[in-house]
Amino acid sequence: MENRYIRQTQLKDFGVEGQQKLANAKVLVVGLGGLGLPALQYLNAMGVGTLGLMDQDTVELHNLQRQTLYTEKDVGKLKLEVAHEKLSAQNSGTQFILHDTFLTKDNALEVIKSYDLVLDATDNFPTRYLINDACVILEKPFVYGALHSFEGHVSVFNYNNGPTYRCLYPKMPSPQEVPNCNENGVLGVIPGIIGTLQALEVVKVLTGIGEVLSGKLLLFDGLSQQFTKIGFKAKPKNHNIKKLQDQYESLDCGLVPSISAEEFQILLESQQSILVLDVRTPEEFIGQHLNESINTPLGQLESVSEHVDGVEEVYVICQSGKRSEQAIQELEPIYPTKRFYNVLGGMNKMKTLCP
Amino acid sequence: MTILLFGITKDIVGSPTLSVPTSSVTGKQIPKTVRELKQFLGNNYPELNKLSSLAVAVNHNYADDDDAINSYDEIALIPPVSGG
Repeated sequence: MENRYIRQTQLKDFGVEGQQKLANAKVLVVGLGGLGLPALQYLNAMGVGTLGLMDQDTVELHNLQRQTLYTEKDVGKLKLEVAHEKLSAQNSGTQFILHDTFLTKDNALEVIKSYDLVLDATDNFPTRYLINDACVILEKPFVYGALHSFEGHVSVFNYNNGPTYRCLYPKMPSPQEVPNCNENGVLGVIPGIIGTLQALEVVKVLTGIGEVLSGKLLLFDGLSQQFTKIGFKAKPKNHNIKKLQDQYESLDCGLVPSISAEEFQILLESQQSILVLDVRTPEEFIGQHLNESINTPLGQLESVSEHVDGVEEVYVICQSGKRSEQAIQELEPIYPTKRFYNVLGGMNKMKTLCP
Repeated sequence: MTILLFGITKDIVGSPTLSVPTSSVTGKQIPKTVRELKQFLGNNYPELNKLSSLAVAVNHNYADDDDAINSYDEIALIPPVSGG
């Protein structure tokens, strides 16, 4: 075994020390798809000691154009089992931890806390924001990769108190704004490129070699073979996450852009002038309401017009977050240039924040 | 002023770059801040207004809405992407 890693231990800047650091490391890979597999094949080959695999999907025929670890005979089998079998054969020295689940707000903190680093190889915004928030709470770095058609993103977030995903994209986009791979398509080799770049960043974070992509977003455009790096800074409030949001998954198809009650509270306290519409009944409004809010009951939304002039962003609240969501669905087509945000959890949630 | 387009903004505009006229000869108001640029682009491509989380880079650095822009700046629109 001692010669297995000689081609990298002979590298002056990596050495036996670098190899030992990899051997001692525990890395969680969330998603065994286009990004996760190429990253795993290299991390496993290079000798990362413990690899956590997480996915609940089965292999489908249309995965094979980019998920090259899987073969035709694997179609229909659990990705977790197939990947585990093949990666074990690739390197018997690796310890694998299998997570037969998707990452959810209920398991994220428990799962992630025992790892040194998370590799985000997911394919949807809710899980990416969940990974971000969990990693911020647990003070773990995570290596981000994402795709769109012929392009990819790579960055390392929350590394040594560096910028997070929310410093780049503060709010989760709605499903209507940005399509995912399933709708939009991706050229097979692109995730291979982005996933292996993520593996490289993992090695740099674990061993301390080179310059980690922290505070920099690497953009790759496959059609022009161009790499562009964009610098960005940490916003302190994004490190100030104390607990996960009540909802991530609910932002699935059909719903509206939203803001967590916690974020909304911070916004209220910032003394910025914002427009808040309360769409409950006048009776409920009289009972209790936010000082900043204006009562425009659902069913009488025409009264909204006199308030929204001259503002770009409108925050909509109700008791639990349901009616405000419905109100936004009605308001969005009428005011296409305004941005409406649903306050998740509504007044019920706000009451728990400001006693 | 040339703007590099990434992700869905490239699909919306239908081209990898976009030229914003900055000559006063055209008589048009020239965007002076990131916010004004977003508004200018949103007027021409209303689909862009739907992007609630759109990062704008000026000279390879993330810029806030109030940051000033000049005709010689290199600007990029970088929407979030989710595929994996």
